[in-house]
Parts: sequence; C-alpha cells; structure tokens
Amino acid sequence: MTSPDRKPVVRRLFHLLYGEPWWHLATLLASFALCGYAMAQLLAGDWRGVLEWAVGAAVVHDLVAVPLYGSADWLLHRAVRGSRPRSPRRIAVVNHIRVPAFVSLMLLLVYWPLISQDSGAQLRYATLLDAGVFRTRWMAVTGVLFGLSGLHLAFRLWRERRKAPV
Amino acid sequence: MKVPLPRPNELWRSPLRGPWLTSVLGAVLLVGIPVLFVTGLLSYAAYNPNLSHVNDKTPGKGLLGFYLFSWPTHPYWLYRLNQGVHVTLGIVLVPVLLAKLWSVVPKLFALPPVRSVGHALERLSLLLLVGGGFFEFVTGILNVQLDYVFPGSFYPLHFYGAWVFVGAVLAHVALRLPTAVRALRSRDFRAELRTPTSRTRPEPPDSGGLVAARPADPTISRRGLLGMVGLGSLALAVVTAGQSIGGPLRGTALLAPHGRSPGTGPGGFPVNKTAAGAHIRPQDVGADWQLTVSGAGGSVRLGLAELQRMAQARAALPIACVEGWSTGDQHWEGVRLRDLAALVGHPDDPPGVFVESIQLTGSFRAVALSAGQVRDGRTLLALRVNGADLTPDHGYPARVIIPGAPGVMNTKWVGRLTFGATDFPERT
Repeated sequence: MTSPDRKPVVRRLFHLLYGEPWWHLATLLASFALCGYAMAQLLAGDWRGVLEWAVGAAVVHDLVAVPLYGSADWLLHRAVRGSRPRSPRRIAVVNHIRVPAFVSLMLLLVYWPLISQDSGAQLRYATLLDAGVFRTRWMAVTGVLFGLSGLHLAFRLWRERRKAPV
Repeated sequence: MKVPLPRPNELWRSPLRGPWLTSVLGAVLLVGIPVLFVTGLLSYAAYNPNLSHVNDKTPGKGLLGFYLFSWPTHPYWLYRLNQGVHVTLGIVLVPVLLAKLWSVVPKLFALPPVRSVGHALERLSLLLLVGGGFFEFVTGILNVQLDYVFPGSFYPLHFYGAWVFVGAVLAHVALRLPTAVRALRSRDFRAELRTPTSRTRPEPPDSGGLVAARPADPTISRRGLLGMVGLGSLALAVVTAGQSIGGPLRGTALLAPHGRSPGTGPGGFPVNKTAAGAHIRPQDVGADWQLTVSGAGGSVRLGLAELQRMAQARAALPIACVEGWSTGDQHWEGVRLRDLAALVGHPDDPPGVFVESIQLTGSFRAVALSAGQVRDGRTLLALRVNGADLTPDHGYPARVIIPGAPGVMNTKWVGRLTFGATDFPERT
C-alpha cells in the first residue's frame, strides 16, 4: 500500500513548488509549444492588431458584455417583479421577455455587420444584393418572437386561471 | 463603522451555475469545435495549397500543413457540404459558447487571482483559449458577411488562429475532462429535463468555485436555460442554413448574406465577384477576345467561335464558397479541359494547368489545378450555363468549373491556360 506520504520526495517537492501534479505542467507545455508555433505565424503580420483583437474581445466580453447583460437582466427583474418578487406569475412574465430578447440579441450579435450595414457597400459591390433589407428583417423576426412569446404567456395565464380554485 | 464588502464569490448568485451545467455546455462544444476544426483544415486542403504559391494564402504553415493531400473531385458536392457545415455550425455554436462562458465567469474573478505557478500557467492557457476562441468566431463571422475590418488577410488570421485556439482547447480538455465526466454523471440529464423552476435547486458546493456561495431563488430551471440556448442556436440555424442548402430553403435564410439570388433566368444564381468589381471592360471580352492555350506541344489561340466548334460537354455542378453559401447544381456546357490539353501536346494523362483570368489585379485571378482536376471529364471551360451564354458576372466569355473545388478556384473571364505550369509563365 502506498500512502500519499510515501510519494517520492521529488514529486512532493515538485507539488510544493508548482502547486499541481507533474502531468499538469507537461500538458500545458505541450499545448504552449503548439500555440507558440502557430502564434509565430499569426503575429508575423500586424501583431499588435491581432493581440488587440484577441485580448480585446476577451476583455470586452468579460468586463463589458457580461456586466451589461447581467444588469439588463437585473433591471428587467426589478421592473417586472418589483413589488411582488416571489409571484410565480411575475417570474413567468420575466421569462417570456427574457427568452425572445435573448434570441433576438443573438441574431443581432452574429449578423451585426449586415444589420448595421457596416459591410453594406461591400455586399452590394461583390454580390449585387441590396444590404438594406437586413435591419427590417431582424426587426420583423424580433417582433414575431415577442409576439409568439406573448401569445404563449397569455395562453398559460388563461389556462392557469381556469384551473385555479374559485 | 466597517461595512463588509461582498466577497467576489457572493457577487454571482445564479443558482444554476455549477459543474454539471458547465459540463453539459462543454460537451456540446467538445463535439462542435472538433467538427469546425476538421472542416476548416479540409477547406484549406481543398485549395491544393502545395501545388502553387497562388493557391496558398498561408505559405508559412510549416508543420501545420502536415496533413495536406491532393483534393479529390469526387463527390462533386464535397466542398459544398464541408463549407456549409463549417460556417453554419460555427454560427449555431455562438449561443452555446456564450452560455459556457457565462457559466464559468465567477472563476475569472476568483481570489486570489493566482494560487501557484501551476495555476498561473493554467490561467495563461485560458487566455489563449478564450482569446483564441473569440478571435476565430469573430473573424469567421465577419468574413462571411464581407466585413473585412480584421487586422490582415482572412486566410492566415483564421488558419493560424485556429491552431492557437485548438492548442489551448487540447490542454483544457486534457485537464478538465475527468472533472466534466464526473459532473455529467452527478445528475441524470433526463431527470433534469423534467425539473421545473419550482423544484430547481443549486448543485452541491464544488471545489472549483462555480456554485454560488449565496444562491438566489431560481427564476428559470436548468431545462429552461438549456432550452433558451438551444432556441438561440435553432433561430440562427433557420436564418442561416438556407444559403447553403439552397432550393426553396434559400428564402428562409433571412439574415444570411446569400439568402437571395441577384436575379432571375439562367444566370440568376448568386455571385461573389462581379465583372465591374474585377474591372473587366466590355472591350476586354468582346469579339477580339482570345484564349491562349499552351502546353508541351506549343501554343494555340482560340476565339469564342472556335471553342464553340469543339466538342461540347455538360456537367451539373454547384458553386460552393469558402464563406459557406452555395448554389444548387447549375447546368454548365463547354469544352473539357482535357480536350484543350490534347490540342497542345497532352493527348493522354494531361498534367495540371495554370489558369489565368484577364482580371489584372485581385486575389485568385489565377489558380493552379491538379492533374486529377484536369482529367475529370466534368472539369470544363464553360461557355454556357443553364441553356444560355454566361452572363458577364458569371465570367463571359469563358470560365472554369471544377467538381468539388472551392468557388473562388472556378476562374472567370479566362484568358490563358498553361498545361504543366504552376506559376505565371513570365515568372518561370
């Protein structure tokens, strides 16, 4: 039987200095070797631009986007559930706003270049297609999503009321 | 008076966060990201980059090109399928990726920020993972919408960025897979899908710091959260996939760049480079236009009428773009490249060909095709499509069409074909 204390001294010393087992370091070093090899080429051109984009995207997501959508969700809860925070009906209303808003924002996020017409001129030039349609289409899809969600909510509330004891 | 500040792990109060939820989302990405990576590598191979420098936008690839092989012409829809999967799946995974990051966000702010040397290295690796992942998704999504704002040419950025990302993914999977498997086994997935909000409880406290120290009351179930993410992915699939599947579904691709055709009639299918955009003037492709064909046996110059008098072959082939959109099979008519090779001294087993457009500048105005591509009887110098002459935007008077190759290799407004060459004749 080998107890943890019977581990070779070298391994214990390594763990003390490094904080993780040896294969943790081996895995990371192998990964860094591959990443570094590719990164040498990735950064061969406009290295500053590439670093700004990669690190910038992570920072914008973690420090701007997450707090932003977190607070938006919190505000939605405050606005809808304010006086009766435990009411299941109010929570249902929140979710019937949350879900279509989430889906609509996903579409907006992915198709921002077309919806905002950021690449409109390039699109027209290369494909002969009108880039002006995307904003209207996104708004229409958003409207349909909220409409369906609203109908579903109305149906749920109606069914609940019918079931509720008089 | 001292007011106790909330500890960072008390800021994150969602009762849904926990190893199980993170592992479910991780499992989806564990299937999706390898598919994206492999289809991406295949897409690079489809350009036959080892054939010529004009085919290769990442000549510094070194060992990263270890897997390259001569791209086949069978099945003719191979590139169409590959690229439709790559682009559509990448877009569909965006909500999953963001949900996964949401589920682990408390770890970013965990204190102390660095516990040991090993922890510091792991956080560095996570920066490569998250930064590399964002870089790949953002450059891909911008490129398919022709929004070229990223710092450099798309091909090297997306190719080398993919290897950095995958290097970090491999380490992350190796270090986290045991934890993820344990977490997935800790709850019954189907039971979770039957659990409403009222019965949703936080996962038991974990050593990784994902489960909230002071969880709020649930306002949505895990089923609800996964459903919402799935609905986001489904919505993206619906407004995107039609530009690749085509047919009646093209109209459902409401937000995709190629959800419509630019016109009607025989030449009404999508284009991505117009005659005006390529600076092709009417006089360049008028009655004086001639095609120069060269090979081991000399050179010939052929006008449009002479080409039309040669044996005409037919092939039903799609145009499939690296950007993920494609057309259905179009009915092309023209001269087989191997028949043109026979005119200039290659009667049997013709070699590859170097194809040049009369377009003077711009990417992919010339391309090198492999011997396999030339020998396939469906590889044509097309003069007509869908029963009519080519339109100017589809390459009038003559364009190349190859089964299974990326759209941009089907050179339009062809001016010269050099059999046995892999570079501009002036340069060799």
